[in-house]
Amino acid sequence: MTEATAAAAVAEPVSTTDPMVARAIDLVWREAELLDRADYVRWNELFTGDGLYVVPIDPDTDDFENTLNMVYDDARMRELRVGRMTEGYAIAAVDAARTVRTVSRFVPDSVSGTEVVLRSAQVLIAYKRRRHDIWAADLTHRVRLSADGPAGDRIARKVVRLVDSEDAVPAAGFLL
Amino acid sequence: MNQYSDDTAPADLVAGDHVAGRLYTDPDIFEREMTAIFESTWVWVAHESELATPGSFKSTHVGRQPVIVTRDRKNNLHTMLNRCRHRGASVCEKPQGRANGFTCPYHAWSYGLDGTLRGIPYPDGYEGVVEKRELSLRKLRTESYGGMVFATLDEDVEPLADFLGDAKLWIDRFMKQGGGYPIKVLGKHQFRFKGNWKIQLENTTDGYHFPIVHRSWMASVDAETADMMSFMTDPEAITHDLGHGHSVMQMVPGHADLDVDDGSEPLQGRFDELAAELAKSFSDAEVRRLLRAMHGTGFNLNLFPNVAMSSAFFRVLRPVAVDETVIEHIAIGPDGPSELDPLNRERLRIHEHFQGPFGFGTPDDAEGWDRVQRGARAEPAMPILVNRGSAREKTSAEGWPTSHVTDETGMRAAYNQWKRMMRDD
Repeated sequence: MTEATAAAAVAEPVSTTDPMVARAIDLVWREAELLDRADYVRWNELFTGDGLYVVPIDPDTDDFENTLNMVYDDARMRELRVGRMTEGYAIAAVDAARTVRTVSRFVPDSVSGTEVVLRSAQVLIAYKRRRHDIWAADLTHRVRLSADGPAGDRIARKVVRLVDSEDAVPAAGFLL
Repeated sequence: MNQYSDDTAPADLVAGDHVAGRLYTDPDIFEREMTAIFESTWVWVAHESELATPGSFKSTHVGRQPVIVTRDRKNNLHTMLNRCRHRGASVCEKPQGRANGFTCPYHAWSYGLDGTLRGIPYPDGYEGVVEKRELSLRKLRTESYGGMVFATLDEDVEPLADFLGDAKLWIDRFMKQGGGYPIKVLGKHQFRFKGNWKIQLENTTDGYHFPIVHRSWMASVDAETADMMSFMTDPEAITHDLGHGHSVMQMVPGHADLDVDDGSEPLQGRFDELAAELAKSFSDAEVRRLLRAMHGTGFNLNLFPNVAMSSAFFRVLRPVAVDETVIEHIAIGPDGPSELDPLNRERLRIHEHFQGPFGFGTPDDAEGWDRVQRGARAEPAMPILVNRGSAREKTSAEGWPTSHVTDETGMRAAYNQWKRMMRDD
């Protein structure tokens, strides 16, 4: 018996077909499509009022507050960011790359009746001016499930860990 | 208008208030810049806080050459080529850290923090062949001023203090944003753009672009911060040519010397909560001094060729290719007791708001630069204009050519230095 299977015998892994997990995956996919369509107003509505959206630099830290991040957005900053992406003043957003992202390799981290923490992989291709950039990242979503059904499910925390977060990446006119 | 022929000498492509577009697009000019500029003058490599203790190191570049900067056990700073003397492998691939020395992964030649070759495995094959003391890592001259560490591949270049010249005064002033404490690096953003390094060099002394390119950022900040950066029609906001290619652009002249405070300026309302928190540990005067410096100093000091001390951060450029440049935006804050942590957290948030690949400022800058690189390919012999304000440029009491902050005095300063360094003679 390998170590991995021994561990599995102790803690039964949660299946992605678990109804709560399936709801979280549906939300993550809806979110991904809204971002690819640059529908930032509806994207922001997917977050809880206390929700955090983080793109860290340091791959090892969870103390985002005390470290420099690429993005560290609470509701106020997200609102400002959506304004920036949509108001038409930001030349990077006006002429943004078109993106297509695939989110997969879902692994449920924890599941309760009210919350799912879900890890996944995101591969995003951004096309602009005859150039395709690859943005690969590990995602973690903390999804708060609504008692009223899937339409009320919200993202309480999204962390995007780029594989090259400590290297130089292009300046972006879109969101991860 | 086509003033430059294909065989115009590089130095003649710069004529005071205009330069040839070819300066951004010609690979031969880029190659010459790497030797005539980046391997011939002082290039910024680190802030001393990044090498705070003996045994700390940082990997970076001087021009295109990879280097390691270290602090040895005797507290001396060293800069060395990151290249084993045996077969050329890099001896360090970590961006920063602590070490006792560096061991090449290929044949395990090991070097001390000062670059001295310490050990060669199975040394019998080298008996009568090599002298270990002649095979230290190649060292670069390393000098620092005000915590800013520079290195050069040219052993005979003037002392750093002479090269910085009048910029030293502004380095001293810049560091006052520590509010009585030394400055430390808090973190850094890195991004790359498909454009020539000089487009970025110009940008830090380009007041003219600010309300246009950064309209989105201006719209997202509080009214007091937006007002602070409304320097377009302020006659007091001026740029000085400091010599040697260096210049300083004063956007907020009242914050040029943060020690000068008549007490009349109200602190920004956005910092009320932070002020209350700091007041538990610091006197009213200390809190005021720290909070007046939250946005840094009121100027951008542009040091030729690769570093700017820009308001509240360092901007470092690294040329990669004629049409590719990597930029670092290094966040800084006061290095003091843990009671300053709330203040440094706020400084991190301010930095994130503007800087970095997802900031509210940087991506718009990068888009502008990308467009310059693309447009300059259209007839690269046509001039790029850096003549704004040349007719209203005066000499200040200090002897510095001076014009309005939106004028291109700082760019002319940089290109004059470029011209001097790119001459054949």
